[in-house]
Amino acid sequence: MAFVPFWFVLITILWTGFFVLEGFDMGVGMLHGYIGNDDAGRRTVINTIGPLWDGNEVWLIVAGAAMFAAFPGWYATMFSGLYLALALLLGALIVRGVSFEYRGKGTSERWRDSWSWLLIIGSLLAPFLLGIAFGDLLHGLPIGANHEYTGNFWDLFTGYGVFTGITLVALCLLHGAIFIGLKTTGDVRFRAGRTARRIAPVTALITLAFVFWTHVTAGGGGFLNPVEFIAILAILAAWALISAHYEGWAFTANAVAIGIVIITIFVDLYPRVMVSSTNPAFSLTVRNSASPPYSLKVTTVAALILLPIVLAYQAWTYYVFRRRITDQSFRPALGATPRPAVSATVAMAGEQVRPAPPAPPTPPAHRWLPRGRGRRHGRRDGR
Amino acid sequence: MLRGNGLSQVRWRACGAGRGTFSLRDDLARWQFAFTSVNHFFFVPVTIGLAFLTALLQTAWYLRKDPEYLRLTRFFGTLLVINVAIGVVTGLVQEFEFGMNWSAYSRLVGNIFGAPLAMEGLAAFFLESTFLGLWLFGWDKLSRRVHLACIWLVAAGAMLSALFIIAANSWMQHPVGYVMVHGKPQLNDIWALFTNPVFIWAYAKVILAAITTGSAVMVAVSAWQLRRGTAKPVFARSMRLSLIVLVPAILLTMLVGDELGVIEAKYQPMKIAAAEAQWKTCQPCSFSLFQIGGGNNDHTPTQILEIPHLLSLLATNHWNGKVIGLTPLQHQYTAKYGPGYYVPNVFIQYWSMRVMAYLAIVITLVALWGLWLNRRHKLATARRFLWAAQWMVILPFLMNTAGWLLTESGRQPWIVQGIMLTKNGLSPSVSATELWISVLGFFVLYGTLGTIDLILMLRYSRKELPPTPAQADQPVPAMQY
Repeated sequence: MAFVPFWFVLITILWTGFFVLEGFDMGVGMLHGYIGNDDAGRRTVINTIGPLWDGNEVWLIVAGAAMFAAFPGWYATMFSGLYLALALLLGALIVRGVSFEYRGKGTSERWRDSWSWLLIIGSLLAPFLLGIAFGDLLHGLPIGANHEYTGNFWDLFTGYGVFTGITLVALCLLHGAIFIGLKTTGDVRFRAGRTARRIAPVTALITLAFVFWTHVTAGGGGFLNPVEFIAILAILAAWALISAHYEGWAFTANAVAIGIVIITIFVDLYPRVMVSSTNPAFSLTVRNSASPPYSLKVTTVAALILLPIVLAYQAWTYYVFRRRITDQSFRPALGATPRPAVSATVAMAGEQVRPAPPAPPTPPAHRWLPRGRGRRHGRRDGR
Repeated sequence: MLRGNGLSQVRWRACGAGRGTFSLRDDLARWQFAFTSVNHFFFVPVTIGLAFLTALLQTAWYLRKDPEYLRLTRFFGTLLVINVAIGVVTGLVQEFEFGMNWSAYSRLVGNIFGAPLAMEGLAAFFLESTFLGLWLFGWDKLSRRVHLACIWLVAAGAMLSALFIIAANSWMQHPVGYVMVHGKPQLNDIWALFTNPVFIWAYAKVILAAITTGSAVMVAVSAWQLRRGTAKPVFARSMRLSLIVLVPAILLTMLVGDELGVIEAKYQPMKIAAAEAQWKTCQPCSFSLFQIGGGNNDHTPTQILEIPHLLSLLATNHWNGKVIGLTPLQHQYTAKYGPGYYVPNVFIQYWSMRVMAYLAIVITLVALWGLWLNRRHKLATARRFLWAAQWMVILPFLMNTAGWLLTESGRQPWIVQGIMLTKNGLSPSVSATELWISVLGFFVLYGTLGTIDLILMLRYSRKELPPTPAQADQPVPAMQY
């Protein structure tokens, strides 16, 4: 009967994967207006996650489906209990998903600004609402003896739940800023680095408060355990690394921090999956909400075969798109005919015959770019 | 959970199952599911069909090195991408809705119904979305061979996703591979889900319908461009390709649909009897082209233009096959499951069946007309045909919707045939107010986004083709947001 804990671990991994990967997509969505500054910059920022975000969002779909298959009781109580919050989450994810695609498909400024705002709001609401959901799992919700949610919409806004939401938003913001810095050049990269350095200390403070609150909520007393300390240290490390322009390492450090935050929630939950604030005896646990062994066995076999393959080709995708994106490709090159319109099809249509590549951009001499690394990156940027 | 003895429970609950006992909450949840799934299925078949056709176009470019095929690939690839975005996000709603609106259902059958859904995500969604990203943005980063593989993997992912969800849906139509343990169904044979005859035929039907839809879209776009007169030789090619795919697809859809009807007549006799508004048992049975009146309260509608033996043929594959009427079936069901009203909405069944059949005939005729013109090399200039081909694009969408209405409304009042009634699957903790809010919210959101999607599709269908590259071996730039 090792299938039940296995699926709990797998669902933890799926949600962790979702936040580590889609986390930066959310951050990029929230920050693209600010860091992008002008239209070319915004398109640069959005295109850093262009090939990746869709695959990342599937982690959410699979995590949900895994809960449905392995813990139908958990899925049923959670999704029906958090009804309006999840409806709002769906709205946010829908608006956000189409805004990537549709923003570039119109030419008017109003069209683009509207989609930019929808992208920002959607990217902000999604981690916030998911944070409320996960915080509430651990904090406890009014759940009756029949495992049905007995509260209303406002009961979902527990202090701890809301704070979990804020923590995830802060972590996603930092993750996104670091990611943009990792994937762009020039002005955009500069603004991303500056933003990350400004967000990092705030995020570290919020996360510190969060781990402490989580520790107390889970009944662990006043002292943090070493793993929780690592989360804080990881954010501080990310702060230091981004200041030293080690963007790749900063990204890794922040990914570790996000991973620990999500894993901590799940570890503190186990063996419960939804705490009942009405009566601890009514809490849903891995045992009383799990599917029977046969169906867990079937899905385990499927997951063990398929997940490694998925990880392999997703990793390969990140390898293919490892290069930085320069905003020059979104600006009409000096002296060349400006592109007729900036929409995606025309961009691809108008450039069947690639115009003479624009003169390699002279990297703006920002004072924060160190001589060695900065130049090396500058060279690597050219195609 | 704590559900007690299932079958007898169902029997006990079925006591209240009469017409009109559906509460407001039931109605709202059912409308919401119907609305979101019908909308979702506007985009899904376009994605499946266009991904396949775009892959064909790109393969033609890869093999023949003819840049005209590259222009077409990029042109139709953009239309594909506009659709995928909204198809993906509306699919997310479908997955959440089971838990949000139908939590009692999810709790009871999650161990069976959830398994194919989890596999769907792992096997299909990851594949489709990851490789779509690689295909879109990887034009200048991947070798041509690998890049071609990407679009084929997108097409495969799209078709695979339909496989798993249809397996799950077919289980609701004809439950297999389970045992009842303490009154709850438990999966005991996963292969039964994938060898379920309802699944095999329904899956074939869905894929063929999707290819029909995708090629009808390509036919219509090509027709519009040919009428306008730009890039005639190029769009004549896409017209020819899509017609060659469309004709066998629509013919096979009808054949498979017929076989699916026979299978369903076996496992869900109510569905087929209602589709002919057949209240009395008949042998042999005729098929009426139209009827006046009808519905659940009018058992003697005026049937017009009856074709003898056709219903027998459709429902049983035999010239003199017997079709049991709704009234005797109702008696059988009452004896088996307890008192209740087990007849689906006859009006919906009767007309959705006919909409599907008649429109399929119209599409077949138009497509054959096109092939005939093609033989006579008049495809690009036949004004009347081009006009018809352009407007034909509406039909597959009506047919797909009718098809789902026939399948899903025909299963009512069951959510899982013979195991659980729809009204018992509802979330107990969700209030009517919450349902109203979400129904209206989805209504506004889908309405707005559907309109925007339509506008963008039309706008991009009417754009000019990308120009021919000066040299065939020039690098192809990636697409961008």
